[in-house]
Amino acid sequence: MVEKSEITNSINKSSEAVFFVYICSLDMMKPKIILDSKHFEITVTRLCYQLIEVHNDFSNTVIIGLQPRGIFLAKRIQKKLQEILKKKDIKCGSLDITFYRDDFRKKELVPNRTEIDFIIEDKNVIMVDDVLFTGRTIRAGLDAMLAFGRPNDVELLVLIDRRLSRHLPIQAKYIGKTIDSIASERVVVEWSETDGKDKVTLLTNEN
Amino acid sequence: MTNLSTKHLLGIKDLTADDINLILNTAENFKEVINRSIKKVPSLRDITIANLFFENSTRTKLSFELAEKRLSADVINFAASSSSVKKGETLIDTVNNILAMKVDMVVMRHPNPGAAVFLSKHIDAKIVNAGDGAHEHPTQALLDAFSIKEKLGSIKGKKIAIIGDILHSRVALSNIFCLQKLGAEVMVCGPTTLMPKYIHSLGVKVEHDLKKALEWCDVANMLRIQLERQDIKYFPSLREYTMLFGLNKELLDSLTKKIVIMHPGPINRGVEITSDVADSDQSIILDQVENGVAVRMAVLFLLAGRA
Repeated sequence: MVEKSEITNSINKSSEAVFFVYICSLDMMKPKIILDSKHFEITVTRLCYQLIEVHNDFSNTVIIGLQPRGIFLAKRIQKKLQEILKKKDIKCGSLDITFYRDDFRKKELVPNRTEIDFIIEDKNVIMVDDVLFTGRTIRAGLDAMLAFGRPNDVELLVLIDRRLSRHLPIQAKYIGKTIDSIASERVVVEWSETDGKDKVTLLTNEN
Repeated sequence: MTNLSTKHLLGIKDLTADDINLILNTAENFKEVINRSIKKVPSLRDITIANLFFENSTRTKLSFELAEKRLSADVINFAASSSSVKKGETLIDTVNNILAMKVDMVVMRHPNPGAAVFLSKHIDAKIVNAGDGAHEHPTQALLDAFSIKEKLGSIKGKKIAIIGDILHSRVALSNIFCLQKLGAEVMVCGPTTLMPKYIHSLGVKVEHDLKKALEWCDVANMLRIQLERQDIKYFPSLREYTMLFGLNKELLDSLTKKIVIMHPGPINRGVEITSDVADSDQSIILDQVENGVAVRMAVLFLLAGRA
């Protein structure tokens, strides 16, 4: 069981290489669709309006997506916000947390690119990831972010919150969908940019 | 490819092209890190690294130490000149005593070729060769490759001339292995007396005319005359060497294309390269030094990540 939960963790949070290996082993799992492409769109739009409610015109707010899979959601939200607010200059960066992880040496990690070409000092930061699971990625993300300045305020936005699996006292402020799942189950988020269509699936091991 | 195929970095000869590319790609991430205002990451906070320098060094030693500190490793330094080596302690004894203090990795420079390989067979720690005699200097070759890639976009198909004291140079050997594995064409150029006898067997071009070598290449890597390793006279005088194999601005400007100038340091200004060339806009000598820290961070990070 421990092994499985480690694998699950790495799927959500770690390298794409692991993700593909994992895709190959889906045969034994029973899939259940949590969000289809229509609901996916509705959910992202709702998250954007929730953000606007708090951050108004985003003049002092920036979005930071966590590598590797949080950046898709961050970019999607940036695009949607630009449409809604009719504003081109909503800032969105990507942050790689490989060098800040606490499970270095326990698994293979592949660093990704960090691209933050703005200053986050005194800004309101919205940290974005696809799935909130144990909370360890977010913990590392908070550490990594400090290298770019001291933000005024940090909020967490996730597409899927696996609320029963937390290892650390970390909660998201904006949540696409909350699900109850056990550690041996897996959540797969697919993006039209890389996987062909927008979809979130819960996989349960039949055994 | 997410992991190196070797447990130690003893020489470029043991690495695959995939290993080299993994190190160069990881180094790109670290180059971004060391250009932040906060340059430190906590990756190696539970690792202790011993820097053992049995031979003098400025750049390599500082570069390794900085790389280790940027990764939050604990660092201990050792210089042979101020240690019990002078009292007759053997290499294995010295290193085992240091390891007994719970050290995880050893970075070693030693005047004898093969010292790092020898050590890797006898002790239980990860070893990074920081230069062993006239044998290999793997991190220098990696940072040279990184700098060429950064300047020219790629290494495959590029023509690189290594010029000077090939016989006594560990930089030359590591560079030849590294560049060939990445698909570059390599030429060596220098006086006949400073050319190893069987250098042809490495598959490199050999040239004794500096002007021809410079006309052929995209990148010229100028090596230092290693007077400290020369126990006999290999050429009549430094002045004559400079006249035949020294690179000056006049010669550089007479070439039909703009080539890139590299030098592993330390520079003997006015001998193998004149000051106006070393400080010209074609020279990437200081970029090499900056990249050295990023490349060494990548090497230490990847080796430490291996179980």
